[in-house]
Amino acid sequence: MTRLEVDIVRRYRTGFAVAAAWSQPVDRFSVTVLFGASGSGKTTLLRCLAGLERPDAGYIRLGGETWYDAATGYHLPPQRRGIGFVFQDYALFPHQTVAQNIAFGLGHLSKAERQRRVEELLALLELEGLADRYPAQLSGGQQQRVALARALAPRPRLLLLDEPLSALDGPTREVLRRKLRRWLATLGIPAVLVTHDWLEASTLGEQVIVLEAGHVLQQGPIEEVFSRPATTQVANIVGMETVVPGEVLHVAGGLAQVAVGSAKLMALAPEAVNSRVYVCIRAEEVTLLAAPPEATSARNRLQGHVVAIESEGALVRVALDVGFPLVALVTPHAREELRLEVGCTVWAVVKATAVHLVPR
Amino acid sequence: MDWMAAGVTLRLAAWTTGVLLVIGLPLAYWLATTRFPGRGVIEALVTLPLVLPPTVVGFYLLVATGPEGLLGRFLSLMGVDRLAFTFPGIVLGSVVFNLPFAVRPFTAAFESVDRRLVEAAWCLGVPRWRTFWKVVLPLSWPGILTGIVLSFAHSLGEFGVVLMVGGNIPGVTRTLSIAIYDEVQALNYAAADRMALALVGFALAVLSLTYLLQRKVVRR
Repeated sequence: MTRLEVDIVRRYRTGFAVAAAWSQPVDRFSVTVLFGASGSGKTTLLRCLAGLERPDAGYIRLGGETWYDAATGYHLPPQRRGIGFVFQDYALFPHQTVAQNIAFGLGHLSKAERQRRVEELLALLELEGLADRYPAQLSGGQQQRVALARALAPRPRLLLLDEPLSALDGPTREVLRRKLRRWLATLGIPAVLVTHDWLEASTLGEQVIVLEAGHVLQQGPIEEVFSRPATTQVANIVGMETVVPGEVLHVAGGLAQVAVGSAKLMALAPEAVNSRVYVCIRAEEVTLLAAPPEATSARNRLQGHVVAIESEGALVRVALDVGFPLVALVTPHAREELRLEVGCTVWAVVKATAVHLVPR
Repeated sequence: MDWMAAGVTLRLAAWTTGVLLVIGLPLAYWLATTRFPGRGVIEALVTLPLVLPPTVVGFYLLVATGPEGLLGRFLSLMGVDRLAFTFPGIVLGSVVFNLPFAVRPFTAAFESVDRRLVEAAWCLGVPRWRTFWKVVLPLSWPGILTGIVLSFAHSLGEFGVVLMVGGNIPGVTRTLSIAIYDEVQALNYAAADRMALALVGFALAVLSLTYLLQRKVVRR
């Protein structure tokens, strides 16, 4: 199996250093997410992968090929790595049309082949009719797709995405997030994605590396990291405490009923519904009650018992079993009022809009 | 009107601009992209002619290209007798003196090109020189045009360096500005006036055309 193997350290003169190590298959669709706030060093890692920056220690290998090796001082220039890089604000060539932008990395092809490849990508990324426009004449979502088309055109061996959706408005981002996964999966292209948006990470990613101040706090399969953060620091950064597998039972009127463990939940149905999903709930969105709730607008009322309680800063983190593991964040006052103890019975209330479904 | 001097003047300006393009563009690109710590010194050297009197620049060139000078000895090895009082000599002087008028706008133009566009081209497998031709140059040409026009217009009126290095040989090193000086010395004000007016008109026309072109580019 062909793999990308990364183990690098990049040091700056200011004393800031970024270090990370991971491996991922590159002979099929696979996505590693570098997750963290701005300044965590995730973009630096991506630029080292591209060859735009040179690490100070370690190695980068793809299959049998070395891209960087500190031991021998070897550094393969970006031109020869066979990568596609999608920049945060796209970096489209402003003096070239959409078609010229997409064809930019196709200089090695004949004119006819080049034109065919451009048309393929225009069709795949739904950019038909825009070939002769200039980037300034496009919407944000269109620019984003042109940037993706340009990066994909030379058939890269690895796609590097630097916060690809962060410059878009909400609805456009929503649509493109789903499509991006489909496109990458269709083309079978392995990718490394930099983001600070957990929804983006969980929609696209398989493995996630959580970074802060240049250090890896936790890494592993996405559902594991997001649902079982190793530290409260990770939990705070990812901000998504409950991530559990579920099955969509049926969809009606924009709402989906999902079986999770032994419980059933109502959630807003995403545009394209998979039957297999991850159900994601932020701990802040869970309300706890000592007695069965009476009439409430919240669609999800779950009975369960407390599994663990730990304080986390100004708040208390309550782990529940409501037919599936669910985490709630409450104030110490609430804990006293509800007399929360391990083993006691509680009701958890979650609005349907707070239950996020991510295709699995 | 001294048509011979006008011819020398135009030839001098054209040669100066041509040579400045050839050496100024790579130098400016290097200055715009290098992280070399001595960059400031190089920039200062390039800018120096802007603040030095032309006589100082001309004096050193005269000494350097003389038979005892380093440049002069190298040139005689190459089979060139002397540069002083020749047309190539005043081209050299004019190039040195106009260096800042070309290199500074070129550098500013290159610096204004978004670095990530260059990186995007590299990541697409496009070699450095091709990236320069396809991305950097097309996006910085308004600034490059400014540099070309400034150095062309400025070398039209070059006086001090030309006089020091070239002397006053009709048809070889006698430019319009020197011809004007001679006419004034001879109290021939009418002739001086005609040539001065021609220089003003020409420079004004060249500069206006440039600004018009730049407006057009900016608007697009």
